[in-house]
Amino acid sequence: MSFVPGKPVTAVVQKIEIQKLRQGDNLILGFSIGGGIDQDPGQNPFSEDKSDKGIYVTRITPGGPAEVADLRVGDKIMQVNGWDMTVVTHDQARKKLTKKKEEVVRLLITRKSLEEAVKHSKGCHPRQ
Amino acid sequence: YDISADKGERSRDRHKSRSKDSRSEKSVTINTPPAEPLLGDSSVRGEQVQDDNWGETTTAVTGTSEHSLSQEDIVRITKDLEDSVGLDCRRYVTRTIAVILGLLVFLTPLAFLVLPHILWPEKLQSCGTACEGLYISVAFKLLILLLAVWALFFRPARAGLPRVFVFRVLLAVLVFLFVVSYWLFYSVRILDSQDDNYQGIVQYAVSLVDALLFIHYLAVVLLELRQLQPCFSVCVTRSSDGETRHYNLGQLSIQRAALAIIEHYYCDFPIHNPALLSASKSRAAKHLAGLKVYNVDGPGNNAAAGMAQSQSRAMIAAAARRRDTSHNELYYEEAEHERRVRKRRARLVVAVEEAFTHIKRMQEEEPKKAPGDVMDPREAAQAIFPSMARALQKYLRTTKQQHCHSMESIQQHLAFCITNNMTPKAFLESYLTPGPTLQYGKDHWLGRRWTLISEASVTNGLKDGSVFVLKCVDFSLVVTAKKIPYIQMSEEYIDPKSHKFVLRLQSETSV
Repeated sequence: MSFVPGKPVTAVVQKIEIQKLRQGDNLILGFSIGGGIDQDPGQNPFSEDKSDKGIYVTRITPGGPAEVADLRVGDKIMQVNGWDMTVVTHDQARKKLTKKKEEVVRLLITRKSLEEAVKHSKGCHPRQ
Repeated sequence: YDISADKGERSRDRHKSRSKDSRSEKSVTINTPPAEPLLGDSSVRGEQVQDDNWGETTTAVTGTSEHSLSQEDIVRITKDLEDSVGLDCRRYVTRTIAVILGLLVFLTPLAFLVLPHILWPEKLQSCGTACEGLYISVAFKLLILLLAVWALFFRPARAGLPRVFVFRVLLAVLVFLFVVSYWLFYSVRILDSQDDNYQGIVQYAVSLVDALLFIHYLAVVLLELRQLQPCFSVCVTRSSDGETRHYNLGQLSIQRAALAIIEHYYCDFPIHNPALLSASKSRAAKHLAGLKVYNVDGPGNNAAAGMAQSQSRAMIAAAARRRDTSHNELYYEEAEHERRVRKRRARLVVAVEEAFTHIKRMQEEEPKKAPGDVMDPREAAQAIFPSMARALQKYLRTTKQQHCHSMESIQQHLAFCITNNMTPKAFLESYLTPGPTLQYGKDHWLGRRWTLISEASVTNGLKDGSVFVLKCVDFSLVVTAKKIPYIQMSEEYIDPKSHKFVLRLQSETSV
């Protein structure tokens, strides 16, 4: 999942759609993000490659919209509503997620278990 | 509460020592009960005959009687005579040689200048301006030489070393040869031929004085400067209790290094206290006393050496086999002693502080008190001493220092502290920690003689790995010298602008 400058990034992604919940004046999604190109990647507990500066899900509020939509802790967010999240600062990522005019966010997330599942299925059922 | 705790511990100790003794009686014994233990002075002197009744029938030959002198005494007396006469003789000889050489050196230039005037005054050219200028130069250079020689050579001798000081002898020989060769030249070329060029003669005298000043410079470099740069690190260990210090010395001969080390010893090492060593000696004696070895084979079996060897082997084997619990005893004894010392020390500190509050320095402005009330420091010390005397004496007894301090010396020290406005803590400092030897009364260090024991000649220089021993009556100092390694240093330049820092963040935002 690390990126080599100049080469395209490939990953197996899952589409997750979260409905924002209105709480008073705010629209909340119910999870916390960490990471970004202006942050220290070495302290990220969820990344495999400690130089990965992507945006990761660090916490999920139980019972919130993110949990309902099957977002999990440790997921790396690749896109939010079409906006790229692999090379953004922490604040830019926060802004893209908390736009007041949008009520739905469509995330493309990747996680290790997805890669494993694909490999496993490829191995078990070789293409004929 | 305290007293009962003490008693309890004391009785525990007694019980422990009793049980220890009963355990030590179960030693390795290999029979014949009526025989005397062969581990005694008799076996050391190598008696061959092992008669069981020897104690009743032998006549003992003792070392000395009251009216006879033994061989050792005679040797000691002659050595003392030799030493005292030898040293004084050598000191006088050295002094006379130095004085003769000094006179020779100073009077020679003056003689060179004066002799032509005496011997051939008519032929002599008169002294012109340049020549008279040289007179002044000779005078001042001689004065400088006089002061320099006084500063370097005529200092009070601080030690008597076993062998001559090699550099000084070399310099004396050099100066002597130098002056003699100048005299030779002078007598042959000037006196015999009665040279009339007086300016040349004066210049000759000036050149002599210049050369003497340069020899004095050589003397300063050889005697004083050469050993200033540290070259060796010496480790000095006292044999009685293991106190160790390290010093840096330059390139010195072994005897000069020994002198420097003894001077450092008087300043750095705490005083040698034989009372502190008695505990380990008694433990060692207990080790030996617990074992008795009997020779089962009959008399006349082995040579004396073989017997001694087999005895010691049997002892070592037995000691290895039995279970020794003296380490336990040592641990508890030391812990108990530590507690006792600390308690006594606390009592002492409180007593001294209280005593010091009883006297106060009288201010000048105060209305004059009656003469009976005003005391000088000695009387003040005597007045407050009794209140702290008991606590101090008990503390000194516990730390086994009581023989180092007499009552007179303690009162003197107290008067000294009072005069100089010292606090009770400052007064106590010299009793709480053992100080260097010179701090104590004269009988601890006056008349101490040191013997230098060395395998290499004592006028050789120090080398890496030299070992020598400085023996005194009660203990010896073992000295090992190691060369200070060659230091290779390199530099690394750091640009002051290169110190830059970045923040390492890891924020977490909830959305």
